Amino acid sequence: MSNVPSDLKYAKSHEWLRVSGDTATVGITDHAQAELTDIVFVELPAVGRKVKAGEACAVVESVKTASDIYSPVSGEIIAVNSATVDSPALVNTAPDTDGWFYKIKLSNAAEVAALLSPENYKKQIGG
Amino acid sequence: MLKRTSLYTAHQKLGGKLIEFGGWEMPVQYTSITDEHLAVRNAAGIFDISHMGEVTVSGAGAEAFLNFVLTNDIRKLASGEGQYTLMCNERGGVIDDLYAYRPSVGVYFLIINASRIEADVAWLQAQAAKFSGELKLTDASHHYGAVAVQGPRVKEFINLVIPGSSSSVFKVNAVTDLKKNQIAGFNFENHSLFVSRTGYTGEDGFEILGSEESIQHLWDKMISVGQPFGLKPAGLGARDTLRTEVCYPLYGHELDENTTPIEAGLGFFVALDKGEFNGRAVLAEQKANGVTKKLVAFKMTDKSAPPRPHYAIWSNGVPVGEVVSGTQSPSLGIGIGIGYVPAEFAKADTKIEIEIRGNRCAAVVVKKPIFQKA
Repeated sequence: MSNVPSDLKYAKSHEWLRVSGDTATVGITDHAQAELTDIVFVELPAVGRKVKAGEACAVVESVKTASDIYSPVSGEIIAVNSATVDSPALVNTAPDTDGWFYKIKLSNAAEVAALLSPENYKKQIGG
Repeated sequence: MLKRTSLYTAHQKLGGKLIEFGGWEMPVQYTSITDEHLAVRNAAGIFDISHMGEVTVSGAGAEAFLNFVLTNDIRKLASGEGQYTLMCNERGGVIDDLYAYRPSVGVYFLIINASRIEADVAWLQAQAAKFSGELKLTDASHHYGAVAVQGPRVKEFINLVIPGSSSSVFKVNAVTDLKKNQIAGFNFENHSLFVSRTGYTGEDGFEILGSEESIQHLWDKMISVGQPFGLKPAGLGARDTLRTEVCYPLYGHELDENTTPIEAGLGFFVALDKGEFNGRAVLAEQKANGVTKKLVAFKMTDKSAPPRPHYAIWSNGVPVGEVVSGTQSPSLGIGIGIGYVPAEFAKADTKIEIEIRGNRCAAVVVKKPIFQKA
């Protein structure tokens, strides 16, 4: 059964958001990493890039496929997690914690409310 | 409605992730492609290959017929032997790559790609209609299930699963007495199996054909007997990474009806001196005068996303070719691939670039196979 932490918000496309004041951290869920299995490559956006909610801004590649990561919220990228670039397997082993992708300064805090609650995400993945 | 092999329930029980392949519902992986790949390289893996096709050819004209429709010299086969070969059209383009076996005098057994069963059978029947010798050609694909058991430890346990000496005309005392490319019949729980020492992974191993019922029992017994030796079920994902590492062609990628065996670097399996056969004129000309496009293997030289089929190959700032197979190599931990380039870029150590999602990433042409055990 996939881990669905209760302090996160979720996008339908399996990204999670951890909000901290006016910034947030983004990663992919345990369910997503289990679907992809062996992640071999992570491509992250540049610090300073401005993204819109729903915009493709990162890529994870497994042995078989490349998957786009869509930013759950709009804002400016303020940090990226180079640990996942150096060790892509981190996304498989710690998707909700150490396997985070980027931190973003929110430009529209109201977008957070539009994301799925843990209960609704669990329903979506059949949990 | 996708076709299912007789092992479908077994795949579900083992947690196989099922995908569509060539009209069949097959497991791409059970745990992870990397795990399954490394199990085959280090211990053993078992693959369901029941979707592949089988054609039997017999009659007084069988040898002459097959030597006309296939590129390799079938007269070289002793009883109990098989050979890799190709079937070409009149332009030398590949209709399929396959294995041809001669279980006994006058009887031939062709193992063909799942995605090409219809095309191959139609072609063979059309060719047979023009042939004047005595010939019996049967598409036996629906009669047989099949598994492949591959890896350095397979020889430690396969005799326990299929005990005893062969029951066929070609005699060996045990399965492990089969030499590479040899095939024999064995009794297994009141069924008959064909066992050949062949494979598609670059490791030692066996491919086993039998009735659907016998293959179901064989799979279960192999899994339980092989487990203490490290045997794992392996899916199509690992099958693809394993064969790419050793540069074995996959029809539809390295080979198609517009590509010749010479362009694909398979001239060794084209016996120009055996007499007339389909495509001979074109292949002879290519062997004599060279080819314009050539198949090369390459390795990424910097950390990058994996190369994949259809990505462009660049040289000196110009796109020159295309990737046909590519992946992250589980054994080497780097991106690897195979692609077609003009002949002048085909030498080992040639620097090339692979265009990966808009970025040109450094790579180098390497000799085949890309991966070789020490």
